[in-house]
Amino acid sequence: MAQHKVNYLANGGAPIVLTSIDKFINFGRSNSLWPLTYGLACCAIEMMATGASRYDFDRFGTIFRASPRQADVIVIAGTLTKKHAEFMRRLYDQMPDPKWVISMGSCANTGGMFNTYATVQGADRVVPVDIYLPGCAPRPETLQYALMMLQKKIRREPASKAIQRKRLV
Amino acid sequence: MRAYSPKQDVQKKSYYNDRFHVVPHLPRLNVEADEQFLSDIDVLKQKFTVLEAYIENGHLVVWIPAKENLKAVKFLKEKLAYDMMMELSAIDYIASKGGFDIFYEMLSLSKHKRIRVKCFIEEKEELFSVESVFKMANWSEREMYDMYGVKVKNHHNLKRILMPDDWYDHPLRKTYPLQGDETAAWYEVDKIFGKEARDTIGPEIRDGAAIDRYDTTRFARLGHEVPFGVDITDGKEPEHTPLAYQEEGGVGLFGVRIIKELDENKSVQLKKRR
Repeated sequence: MAQHKVNYLANGGAPIVLTSIDKFINFGRSNSLWPLTYGLACCAIEMMATGASRYDFDRFGTIFRASPRQADVIVIAGTLTKKHAEFMRRLYDQMPDPKWVISMGSCANTGGMFNTYATVQGADRVVPVDIYLPGCAPRPETLQYALMMLQKKIRREPASKAIQRKRLV
Repeated sequence: MRAYSPKQDVQKKSYYNDRFHVVPHLPRLNVEADEQFLSDIDVLKQKFTVLEAYIENGHLVVWIPAKENLKAVKFLKEKLAYDMMMELSAIDYIASKGGFDIFYEMLSLSKHKRIRVKCFIEEKEELFSVESVFKMANWSEREMYDMYGVKVKNHHNLKRILMPDDWYDHPLRKTYPLQGDETAAWYEVDKIFGKEARDTIGPEIRDGAAIDRYDTTRFARLGHEVPFGVDITDGKEPEHTPLAYQEEGGVGLFGVRIIKELDENKSVQLKKRR
């Protein structure tokens, strides 16, 4: 038995945390963002570095998954070619809702220096992008920051609302 | 070296364009300059029609009729010990000559010599595949077909190697626009969403410096921020959005109590570092 008297009604005394369902769901969603193991070009090297021990994505609850069926986030890390755009869209479609997209680096944002016939001029022509991450290639810290921004964004959104159809669906 | 042209007035023009650039040519030596090449070309001449032969940059360049390409390459490999095919491709001369130069760059490891077999084909003419002699030619010929549209006979799998199968036209032709034709510009939209989605998605922004202050999905003006996607074309843009900073989430609970909320009017800019 407790040696001291616990005042359950006093603030901080109760072993209960009161919160809203929205916040509770978003707590879960934002702290276990599972990205898809999916790299397109040199940005993927930085993404790998971010996942590895020095920068350590795992401490954000961000663990790379090898299947789009288990992933929440797709990081478009690199140059998206027109040939590949179709497959990227298919992977995005295979991810369960809710899902988010981080466009990593200049090439994925705008086509970057590849102002040519074969490169998609911005991944947002194919999938709806949540976070645009500048850099060529962005350093791992930048990707970490982008992920933290995405977490912030998720925490702001009402989770109980029906999943909104995003642009380009 | 490129020919010298005066460049004093470069800054006065908005762009610099060397219209009178002369393409440099390497000196062409006679085949007699190299004993090994001389003996090789003598053997080759007995079996094939050699249109032209010279030494350029240490390589023996041999022009042959396009119909003899397979036999010549095979002969060079088996009889003259040019045992590696380094590279083969086409050069677009449709504008000036109405066809392509095809080149086969070969190396002899035993002789330490390189030979370049060249031939000319008309634009629509077909070429024999050398895939049966060099396995390497498989992908190179597919690339040649993909990039230049040169059809290759007897290739076991002649399809595009880099571009998608349903791509229109051949990108490395001189006539192909760098930023793509209409099919190329809308390729991913047409493929994924269908042609009817073109209006929703809009054309590609090819200008890297393009700015549209009314496009609130892509741009924000500092001090005049509006929520994402709000229409500001009819002057709904706020005159001035006040500076604000507030921590979110758990920090906010304490933050509001501990940290004062920022009031822009009361804020002062420090003139000197304290």
